[in-house]
Amino acid sequence: MSSIIDFLTNFIPGFILALMVIAASAIVFPFLMRRLWGFICDRLGPNRVGPEGLFQPFADGLKLFIKEDVTPAQAHRWLFLLAPAVALVTPMLTQVVIPFSPDYTIADLNIGLIYVVAVGSFSVLGILIAGWASNNKYSLVGGLRAAAQMISYEIPLLLTIIIVALLTGSLSLNSVVGAQGSVWFAAVQPLGFIIYIIAGVAELNRTPFDLPEAESELVSGYNTEYGGMRFAFFAALIEWGNVTVWAMAGSTLFLGGWRGPFVDSAGWLAIKVVAMALMIIWFFATFPRLQIDQLMAFAWKVLIPLSLANLAATGLFIIIWPDNFLLPTAIVSWSCIALFIIFFPSIIRRVLLNKRLKMLAERRMTTIIHGTGKGGITS
Amino acid sequence: MSTTEELMGPGRPELHLEEMVLNMGPQHPSTHGVLRLVLHLDGELVISVEPVLGYLHRGFEKLAESRTYLQYMAMISRLDYLSGFFMEWSYVRSVEALMGVRAPKRAEYIRVIIGELNRIISHHVAIGDFMLNLGAVTPFFWVFRDREDVYDLLEMVTGQRMMYNYMRVGGVRWDLPDEFEAGCRKFITEFPARIDEYEQLITDNEIFLSRTLGMGIIKPKEALDYGISGPNARAAGIDWDLRREVGYSVYPEFDFDVPLGEHGDCFDRYKCRIEEMRQSVRIIEQALDSICDGPVNLKLPPMIRPPAGDVYRAVETPRGEFGVYIVSNGGLRPWRLKLRDPTFSAISMIPKLTAGNKIADLVAIAGSLDLLMGGVDR
Repeated sequence: MSSIIDFLTNFIPGFILALMVIAASAIVFPFLMRRLWGFICDRLGPNRVGPEGLFQPFADGLKLFIKEDVTPAQAHRWLFLLAPAVALVTPMLTQVVIPFSPDYTIADLNIGLIYVVAVGSFSVLGILIAGWASNNKYSLVGGLRAAAQMISYEIPLLLTIIIVALLTGSLSLNSVVGAQGSVWFAAVQPLGFIIYIIAGVAELNRTPFDLPEAESELVSGYNTEYGGMRFAFFAALIEWGNVTVWAMAGSTLFLGGWRGPFVDSAGWLAIKVVAMALMIIWFFATFPRLQIDQLMAFAWKVLIPLSLANLAATGLFIIIWPDNFLLPTAIVSWSCIALFIIFFPSIIRRVLLNKRLKMLAERRMTTIIHGTGKGGITS
Repeated sequence: MSTTEELMGPGRPELHLEEMVLNMGPQHPSTHGVLRLVLHLDGELVISVEPVLGYLHRGFEKLAESRTYLQYMAMISRLDYLSGFFMEWSYVRSVEALMGVRAPKRAEYIRVIIGELNRIISHHVAIGDFMLNLGAVTPFFWVFRDREDVYDLLEMVTGQRMMYNYMRVGGVRWDLPDEFEAGCRKFITEFPARIDEYEQLITDNEIFLSRTLGMGIIKPKEALDYGISGPNARAAGIDWDLRREVGYSVYPEFDFDVPLGEHGDCFDRYKCRIEEMRQSVRIIEQALDSICDGPVNLKLPPMIRPPAGDVYRAVETPRGEFGVYIVSNGGLRPWRLKLRDPTFSAISMIPKLTAGNKIADLVAIAGSLDLLMGGVDR
């Protein structure tokens, strides 16, 4: 009996908190994104509803809420209705282990890091279900892209999270924050932090990895057939909820969580989360979209070897200098970044120019292929 | 042997999958109006593409036969609505050639200035749409910001923002307003810095390079075979620009370069358009310096009756050679009018360029060709 009461006193406030975090992110971030993107485009962005357009998200939400709930006739009805709910599982459950403030975690699991990764892989399910159940070819391609991309990028993400576990010596997120008392892990492992950001952006399907919902190719990708409140679920709650929990986990793992100058509190976590979300908005406004095979090649040929090497090096330093491994790790990691900045642009230029010449030579081949295609809408 | 195996390599017949037929358009975000593409897909791979035209057919050629020469003026700029001025120009050039008259010198200068301004805004849309197709959203808004400046100038001159109806047979409708020159000079001094701004955002981006280098290569011979013209052909290395080769209007007086590409891929086509914008600025600058006073219109009767005969005249539009062929039997109306649109040729290359590539490359290639359906479906 006492265990049930114990469970309820933990569960109900935690549930409400997680829900409120997602709702707040679904209101704040779309607004921030549209205004900031507007400024980057040299225009104002939405500024009509309320002071400085602050009530725009509420107006949009109301509009989507009162729209008719349409299920396409050819869709798989139950899966179609279930998909948004499944996709909402990840942002809700990930927050369970996040240390919000020095004295509040919903549940301090001793396998928190594994839990974050495990729950994070859930998000692909909702998208895949949505893509398949819509019975739309664009949605299907979007869902398949999401599956390929999110599963591939989970590996470098996981390998980077293992590094944090190595540095901390524990899998609990509270001890991860505790271990960052003197220095944040982003300063010790900048390479790991950057890999976390890149792989995370790909996990979240944001620009430049927004292939599952590439609007110029797939109309709207996996959520093409969704409208009204279900679309709002995907476009606001799940997208930005995922961004929020990714930023929360990232702040906890690399930026010291609730730690900050002057006072340790949940406010610092919020500031770091907003900063990481702003970075996503900045990427959105700057980059074109990658192509699917470049995306996969980048994961398997660059990120995974790089994060494996990073993991091996960190592990080696921990074995060699068990007492003060932070300094050598930091030196190696920072010098990797420096080498990358110096050499990467010229290397990638050379690779691309070689590819261009190769494609120029191969152009004859595609010429032959054309004409053997079955083609023809009349045939 | 099936197409899939040819593309994927030999062997593994048990892996042969069913083709998916996907109708892209006519309502689709990246088909530039109402182009419909029937794609045969193997997963992400495009096996074959068939463009389906006709969703914007308005009977432009047939309607000309029931309108007087002046009445048709109001229609023709609606053909290719992003470069409407060139449509009018090509048409009046044909009618003037048929009648054997020449517009006054000042009118030709005005035509060149307005035409090059129109070329700039048309290339703006080409680059913005291309980047939108590649998934970059900000360049589109930047070019539309700068387009507004040109639109203000064009509105000042013609009273219209898109469908100008400003040309007349034997000149232009009315003279430039007094404040035009200052506004235009202000624009052309500011504009080169903005082109640099686009290049900073786009040209040096590794993702952009990886998407466009070597993609959608048009060989010079293919460009000739398919009748590709304009920046698409010049990117393939065809050194052909009607402004220089034919030297119509007052273009021979100006000093400008014709930017050429080497590889004929998406990147070269983009780069050619950027350079052409710079050259347009040069031409406008020289035209503003050397513009002379005088009448802007010939005194012609309101009802033009060209003598019987036929004539074809073309101008270099932002998309290539746009020509008007008129057959006159000496009456008030053309007996037959045929329009030659460059985009039509460009669309006929899409199946060849995209077979064997991915869906994402298809939209990149279509964007780089600068398609506009208004001219294709006449």
